[in-house]
Amino acid sequence: MTTETTPAAVTTRATTTPPLRERLGDNKVLGFIGRLIKQRPMGAFGAAICILLLLTGIFADVIAPEGYNHINPIDRLKPPSAEYWLGTDQLGRDLFARIVHGAQLSVIVAFAATTLSIVISAVIGITSGYFGGRFDMASQRVVDGWMCFPDLIILIVAVSVLGPGTWQVILILGLLFGISGSRIVRSSVLSVKQNIYIHAAQSMGASTLRILVMHILPNVMAPIIVLFTTRLAAVILAESGLSFLGLGIPPPAPSWGGMLSLDGRSYMFQAPWLAIVPGVALTIAVFGINMFGDALRDMLDPRMKGAGSGRYVAAVRRDRPSSMRPAGGKAQ
Amino acid sequence: MSEAIANQPLGNASAPGTTSSLLQVDSLRTVFRQGRREVKAVDGVSFSVARGETLAIVGESGSGKSVTAMSLLRLIPSPPGEIIDGDVFFDGRNLLDMTEDELRDIRGNEIAMIFQEPMTSLNPVLTVRQQLAEPMRVHHKVKEEDIEARCLDLLRQVRIPDPETRLDAYPHQFSGGMRQRVMIAMALACEPRLLIADEPTTALDVTVQAQILELLKDLTRQHGSSMILITHDLGVVARYADRINVMYAGRVVESGTALEIFEQPRHPYTLGLINSMPRLDASEKARLIPIEGQPPDLGNLPPGCPFSPRCPFAVDQCRREDPPLEPYQGQHLKACWVNVDE
Repeated sequence: MTTETTPAAVTTRATTTPPLRERLGDNKVLGFIGRLIKQRPMGAFGAAICILLLLTGIFADVIAPEGYNHINPIDRLKPPSAEYWLGTDQLGRDLFARIVHGAQLSVIVAFAATTLSIVISAVIGITSGYFGGRFDMASQRVVDGWMCFPDLIILIVAVSVLGPGTWQVILILGLLFGISGSRIVRSSVLSVKQNIYIHAAQSMGASTLRILVMHILPNVMAPIIVLFTTRLAAVILAESGLSFLGLGIPPPAPSWGGMLSLDGRSYMFQAPWLAIVPGVALTIAVFGINMFGDALRDMLDPRMKGAGSGRYVAAVRRDRPSSMRPAGGKAQ
Repeated sequence: MSEAIANQPLGNASAPGTTSSLLQVDSLRTVFRQGRREVKAVDGVSFSVARGETLAIVGESGSGKSVTAMSLLRLIPSPPGEIIDGDVFFDGRNLLDMTEDELRDIRGNEIAMIFQEPMTSLNPVLTVRQQLAEPMRVHHKVKEEDIEARCLDLLRQVRIPDPETRLDAYPHQFSGGMRQRVMIAMALACEPRLLIADEPTTALDVTVQAQILELLKDLTRQHGSSMILITHDLGVVARYADRINVMYAGRVVESGTALEIFEQPRHPYTLGLINSMPRLDASEKARLIPIEGQPPDLGNLPPGCPFSPRCPFAVDQCRREDPPLEPYQGQHLKACWVNVDE
């Protein structure tokens, strides 16, 4: 009986699909996605949310062609239904369309403000940390002074000077987060610049600019990526907060924060979906960005590329002459 | 300038076969300031390196070996460090008078350096290819399309097997000895005329140490480069150095050929170093003789000879007057009042 089952077992083993890494081959992007899914499933989930957010933002006009400000007085404050998936607000505007267009606004504001803030953080942090001495002293006291003011006061003053609007919000949030973030970059630079490879680069004749760009910047990329993703989420929240206070992007623009405050708060009891839907949208977006950011930071660090080092170890083992292999058995 | 060379004690006029030395260091002084305190890390060091010669600088930790090397290329972090006096002539040009731009052309191009810690002297986020190519890109020595071939050639020279695969590896995928080989390859990329190796083998296994030193010796011989080998390991020096400078408390206390230093040490400190070194030809019962006491505080040196508090031969004069570095026999120099005869 045993002899009959053996051939079947052999054939099934032979036809099983090869491991994932082999099928993906050497394609770097696919390999990266494969490793992301395998090693960081939550990160992959976060990435999916981010992609969804981006696609929603890009194709907002296709998904909800009637626009975010199509008023329909007959269908005011309708609960979610087949016609209006997420219900309608007090002016009869489709909440789904407003959320979709709100995603577009959030994506634009979040990426623009965060990019601005990261550039500011990196420039201040790297120069201040690397040059040290009096320059560091002076620039850090300016940062201290800036950080003494509560964020909200700066925001209120800036908005009252510049007036409300999309680019104003981007500028203010970028500056605000950029200056406080420079501290994190600076502290990383302080530890990176102690490394001998920085000294070695100097001894090799590399210019200061080259050392900053080629040696310091890549080594502080991990905190910068984390900063980027946490700031991305924080900017979405801050923009919502500003709009909630009426300091952000003025209506009828479909800012998620503005929707929470203007419509959500006023009709919280008659139409709770007006508050819940933008709130949930915000939560999902922030959660997805944070998850993806954490995974990205871990995966981009070359010291954590497990597959690569395995291949080199294997290569070394093959090269080693047989005389160097452990020969304990032979000796005994 | 010719007068300056003639006047100073390590003149090369008598060195056979060389018209002038490649590197000429005259009474170099480097201090570190901590508030009011001034630490004299290098205190009037003079020496020269002939073309193709390997000079070893030996001394214990804190004797100023590394600071001397760093001062040559003005890599002393300032503040707190400062080179307060001296000249460093490289091929007739004074490195200490150069602008930062001129000096940058020399660094890595004509004078290259290898550091003590191979584990941290490569940038962890760049591939070996990027790092090997960097000196060539900085100094525009090699055309962009030839860089890859040159990188492979360098890796072969430092005997890294399978260089094609290794080129795109990251430093963490290399062992300590392999990383030091990559560092050597980087240092040789622009074919420097002088190589400064600051304790290149201290952090490595003993078996790897010998391989790395052999490699350095072979490669400098092939390229006809000079080398300054900084070490605290006398065993290393015996085999690989042509001449030896023994440093103590920021100054050179004895200088001579490797044979002179080992066969006839004339400074009590050198003698102490040799006696404290294990030897294969000594009897099994022979004990190592340590040098008693601690190295002096460089911010607060004792009067007279800095070694006098630890010196078994010290006489009254040693505690009053600082001995100059003077010829003992030809090129064999010592800074000691006492005649130590075994």
